[in-house]
Amino acid sequence: MLDLLNGFVVELRNAGLPVSLTENLDAMEAVQHIPIEDREAFKYALGATLIKNHAHWRSFETVFEVYFSLRGPEYKLVEGGDDETDIDELWRELQEQQQEGQGGAGGLDSLTPEEIAQMLMSALMNGDQGTMRAMAKQSVQRFAGMEPGRPVGGTYYLYRTLRNLDLDGMLEKMMDQARQDADGDLTSLEERLEKEEFEDRIEKFKGEIEAEIRRRLVADRGAEAMAKTLRKPLPEDVEFMHASRDEMVALKKSLYPLTRKLAARLARKRKHGRKGPLDFRNTVRHSLSYGGVPAEPKFKYPRPAKPELVVVADISGSVAAFARFTLMLVYAIQNQFSKVRSFVFIDGIDEVTDYFKATEDITEAIHRVNTEADVVWVDGHSDYGHAFEVFWERYGKDIGPKSTVLLLGDARNNYHASQSWVVKEIAQKARHVYWLNPEPRSYWNTGDSIVGEYGTHTDGVYECRNLRQLEAFVEKLA
Amino acid sequence: MTTTDAGAPGSTTNRFESVQSVRDALRDVQYLADDGIAGVAYLADRLSKPILVEGPAGTGKTQLAKSIAEITDARLIRLQCYEGLDESKALYEWNYKKQLLRIQTERGQQGEDWTEIKDDIFSDEFLLTRPLLEAITATDPVVLLIDEVDRVEVETEALLLEILSDYQVSIPELGTITATQIPLVFLTSNNTRELSEALKRRCLYLHVDYPQLEREKEIVLAKVPDISEHLADQVARIVRSIRQLDLKKAPSVSETLDWARTLLLLNIENIDEQTAKDTLNVLLKYQTDIAKAAKELSVDE
Repeated sequence: MLDLLNGFVVELRNAGLPVSLTENLDAMEAVQHIPIEDREAFKYALGATLIKNHAHWRSFETVFEVYFSLRGPEYKLVEGGDDETDIDELWRELQEQQQEGQGGAGGLDSLTPEEIAQMLMSALMNGDQGTMRAMAKQSVQRFAGMEPGRPVGGTYYLYRTLRNLDLDGMLEKMMDQARQDADGDLTSLEERLEKEEFEDRIEKFKGEIEAEIRRRLVADRGAEAMAKTLRKPLPEDVEFMHASRDEMVALKKSLYPLTRKLAARLARKRKHGRKGPLDFRNTVRHSLSYGGVPAEPKFKYPRPAKPELVVVADISGSVAAFARFTLMLVYAIQNQFSKVRSFVFIDGIDEVTDYFKATEDITEAIHRVNTEADVVWVDGHSDYGHAFEVFWERYGKDIGPKSTVLLLGDARNNYHASQSWVVKEIAQKARHVYWLNPEPRSYWNTGDSIVGEYGTHTDGVYECRNLRQLEAFVEKLA
Repeated sequence: MTTTDAGAPGSTTNRFESVQSVRDALRDVQYLADDGIAGVAYLADRLSKPILVEGPAGTGKTQLAKSIAEITDARLIRLQCYEGLDESKALYEWNYKKQLLRIQTERGQQGEDWTEIKDDIFSDEFLLTRPLLEAITATDPVVLLIDEVDRVEVETEALLLEILSDYQVSIPELGTITATQIPLVFLTSNNTRELSEALKRRCLYLHVDYPQLEREKEIVLAKVPDISEHLADQVARIVRSIRQLDLKKAPSVSETLDWARTLLLLNIENIDEQTAKDTLNVLLKYQTDIAKAAKELSVDE
């Protein structure tokens, strides 16, 4: 047990979760009070002692599943012996029922796919946990075709299983069934609710299948190896440029609390600003009442200026996600700035400030930016040079000593002319110019990236690959 | 730091038998806990550690502390945190007026030694206890609730550390006051800022999220008497549906309950689109959210 927990904590640390020594000791003590057989409670006990940030819960859960998947009553017991009886018995029972209905079909694996689909559907319609788990187990056994020692990832098996089950078709069938059961038409509200319920169940079923595959893989390869392949970056460390769809959703979710935190922090910082520099005039004037002795130093009241922000973002395919997140973040805390203007470009440039003004809903505004902004000039490949030139022509006069200009993009210019003089001009007029680059630093200035050429004129080029870096930058800015 | 209870002050008999008993007891006072909540509460009792409860607003974080107090027959001592909270409001304060009065009365009499008075005016009698000290010195069972701890500044958090890890308060003039019995401590946070590592390390962490469909339905049934099963089911489903939308503020459990009560008052037995749309303003508090939800719930062909 001690070894297992130790391995578990090491893996958590490898996954990037900060687990301190005391927390480790707490966990050791906690598990003495909670029996490992009560799997859920056991998980929460470990979670409560080891994980102190909800954003880390998912990573924790994955590691937990890997390390403790072979333990617990529903699955194999620690000592082996009478393993898997419950589930298997349930399955046998189910099968018998099925056979009675259908007039007997024979052994364990001789069910036709139609029959399996039929059983799955009734299981999903009833929403019975145990049956669903049994179904998941059988489906994996039958369809995944897992071979010990084969070096393929779990996703491959998952794909194979799901392809055979055709869950999308299942949803349709279930909806039909529900409509029939309701004898008469469902109102659209009811239909929507039913559909969500079924989708939820199917999601759960998918989860069961995934868990089953994972269990088999762990049994085959061992926990350490599995944990390594499943290791995923924490939400704040996910790179914008390589985020998968699921990760994007997770990112979006973690963006909102982050902006709230950031806004609270900035507001506080402004309020509790440190004392300003010595106000010489005021001090001398007050010294008169002490006979010329400057006994009471006076300080200037700090008035941190709210910067006027101008965001110029590349929204071509490769860096679109990054631009989107930065815009969302900036607008979410826009009351920390006196004014925010935003421009997007690919090879043409367009102002999108109004999209954000028109609606309170940032996601909708971003959607409009993506669909309506007029950013293509010739061929829809990034041309920073042309975009900057047009920007300077049209909006250059609006840049003043109060403006802070943010340039977002990877500076991959497709070998067009750089027109870096524009950046130089902007830098001379504006208070600050920063360049945010979503690419890893080691890629800069390779291939057609000319971030160095632009960068020399700016006050700094920052690497912004993930939320953590973006947050740090924005805090510095405001 | 203190991970074993060997040197910990006082002793408590265990309040709870098992995780299940916590759950059942909570159910009796109409707080429907899930596995996580009951498990962590049980663990907090066994390990004598405070619980840090985080989660969106209106998911019953404060209610959890109240319910635990109720089932353990304990007095609830509540410290509401706010920006600018300091020692004299949270821990203790000397009763200056009374001290002055004491000195005044002494002045008349001759022969009183100053050190005597000094010792005298810094004694228990002149100490005003504030919630934290009160929880420590209480002899009857108490549950200490430190509400919205994320509202205090990072520096003020340090005030809490001693009491959270060692259950003691150090007063320079008096020495260290140790707890006679270890109270259950709950800290709640709406997560408006990251709490310090030091604080988190001393606590068990519990994240209370919006409940699952089944649990929410049970909550509605438990908290809104006279509601029909059918209506509760519908309410829970629609709320889940709405929570999946991308809203500024998703409806909380308390708002769900408000909505259920509203529907009950209006004698609605079956929610259709129109009633849902008409009463959305109970559930959602932003105009954009209401518009969005109304659009989503209406016929989308």
